[in-house]
Amino acid sequence: MFSIDLLFEATLFGILLGCFYAAVSLGLSVAFGLLDVPYVAHPALLVFGSYCTYMLSGLGIDPIVCGVLLMPPFFLLGMLIYRFYYETFEKRGTDAGIRGLAFFFGLAFIIEVCLILVFGVDQRTVRASYIGNSLEILDYRFPYRMLVAFGVAVVLTFALTQYFSKTFNGRAIKAVGQDEGALRLMGANPVKIKQLAFGIATAVNALSGAMLIIVGPVEPAMDRIYIGRTFCVVVLAGLGSMSGTLVAGLLLGVAESIVLMTLGASWAPAVSFGLLLLILGLKPQGLFGR
Amino acid sequence: MSKFYGVCLLTLLGFFGLSLLDVNEYIFYAGFIVLQFVVLATAWNILGGYAGYVNFGVPAFLAVGAYSAVVLFKWLAAPLLVQILCGGVLAGLLGLAVGLLTLKLRGIFFSIATVAVVFIMETAVNNWPYVGGASGLQLTRPSVIFVFQNYNRMLFFVMAVLAVASVAIARYIQTSFLGRGLRAVRDSEEAAECSGVPTLKIKLMACTISGALMGVAGAPMPMYMSYIEPTSTFNLSYSISALGMPIIGGTAHWLGPLIGAVLLGSLQQVVSVTVSNELNVLVVGVILVLFVVLAPEGILGLIKKWTRSSK
Repeated sequence: MFSIDLLFEATLFGILLGCFYAAVSLGLSVAFGLLDVPYVAHPALLVFGSYCTYMLSGLGIDPIVCGVLLMPPFFLLGMLIYRFYYETFEKRGTDAGIRGLAFFFGLAFIIEVCLILVFGVDQRTVRASYIGNSLEILDYRFPYRMLVAFGVAVVLTFALTQYFSKTFNGRAIKAVGQDEGALRLMGANPVKIKQLAFGIATAVNALSGAMLIIVGPVEPAMDRIYIGRTFCVVVLAGLGSMSGTLVAGLLLGVAESIVLMTLGASWAPAVSFGLLLLILGLKPQGLFGR
Repeated sequence: MSKFYGVCLLTLLGFFGLSLLDVNEYIFYAGFIVLQFVVLATAWNILGGYAGYVNFGVPAFLAVGAYSAVVLFKWLAAPLLVQILCGGVLAGLLGLAVGLLTLKLRGIFFSIATVAVVFIMETAVNNWPYVGGASGLQLTRPSVIFVFQNYNRMLFFVMAVLAVASVAIARYIQTSFLGRGLRAVRDSEEAAECSGVPTLKIKLMACTISGALMGVAGAPMPMYMSYIEPTSTFNLSYSISALGMPIIGGTAHWLGPLIGAVLLGSLQQVVSVTVSNELNVLVVGVILVLFVVLAPEGILGLIKKWTRSSK
């Protein structure tokens, strides 16, 4: 049942899966990790991104191109969501916590049910030349769809890390999470900076959503399991660390893949949630937390 | 005996009389669910409303009640009362465990941890053949005890007793040291701790009581449906209802969850009969978001504002 060879194969697959998990968590890492917004609607928007990709790819466009095309409208959507959140909750101050959480939880359900009402509960897939085939190296098979997701994930993580450390706006986003008052003294508007960050987080979600439907079939209720995966990655990484997100994603991917191959698919959903509880109990500041 | 307990007793007598009357059986079928939501909403509010810690994991506690009832019934053919008591105790212990793990952290971590508990338990039950695993388990109801015409009517009355009891408990907590402490925690945890409120201890107490009441609400469920199955038992839409109802009714007072559950629970029954089940989750979601944005104090807040301005 258990062999070194199997473990090796599980690890390889886990690395591919892990990069994908890191990519779908990047948006949350910005919104929750850096900005401290209880963005539990993140996985619902991810699935929404997948369905937008599904609709666009029906016109004959490649799913990855769809994801890129969806980024500007999702950027605007993200800015809008933050603006609304700011005006109704953050600005009024007290009790924003419980109401903000209830708001985003309600929003997640509204998105999910609307998707069910429009598309039904059936699983949806997209077509592309790289879906369904595998690359074979030395007896190991790597599905191209996983390799594509892996590639996009690495590029996304690298781009975001660079953006946050090299550009003015990127540094400002990091700063706003640490000390809003200080940022204001430096002459930057914290609300505008946060709005920009939320726009970026949601735009990343569009591309991640495209990858979600490339990697496998998508159904409206899928956001529920991704609550576990994305929050697990973000908390394990230590809030707001981009490179930490990649490492945490890899850890989760490998763990899930090993469980998948040894205990079977019926235990896989518990891995991310179990890992999440474990970190919360043992090291809530995460691996690379400030 | 105070006026409140008199009203409680009268309500119970009313429910008892109703369950003996010759009326349409559907009333008991739908009434059970509305009363169950009264228990769930009231239980949620003890931690969520008074202390401001949002529990997203309502189905986990409900399922502990339901599945311990199933195990007790299958193993020992235990009577309903024993099932309810055990379900409550075990769900209370789960509340204590989750609280010990995460109540020291910020509120959002508690919320996410409760979601995690739902999925971990669902996975465990899916892989547990004794309680039917993923495909579920059919149960045969025992014969009716006492004066009731059929089992549904008895369950309806049992749930009415539980609903009245949980409202009474919530009211008691609100006016006791526990409620005052929890409100202090909600307003400012640091300030409460500095003023000598044992914040962690009272949060744990609230989490345990709240969990136990949810478990109690879940225990009669398998008998009610004569069937148990994980996907519907662990459905997160229980969470959106159980947190939506108190927020819509008003979280500051024990009346809030009661008003929210009765109004929204009845509306949900109407919608799921006339339109569809999906739509009834949408209705709660939309009303919840509207209230959170426009009327954060809930229906009770609106009434207060209205009576104040008309004076």
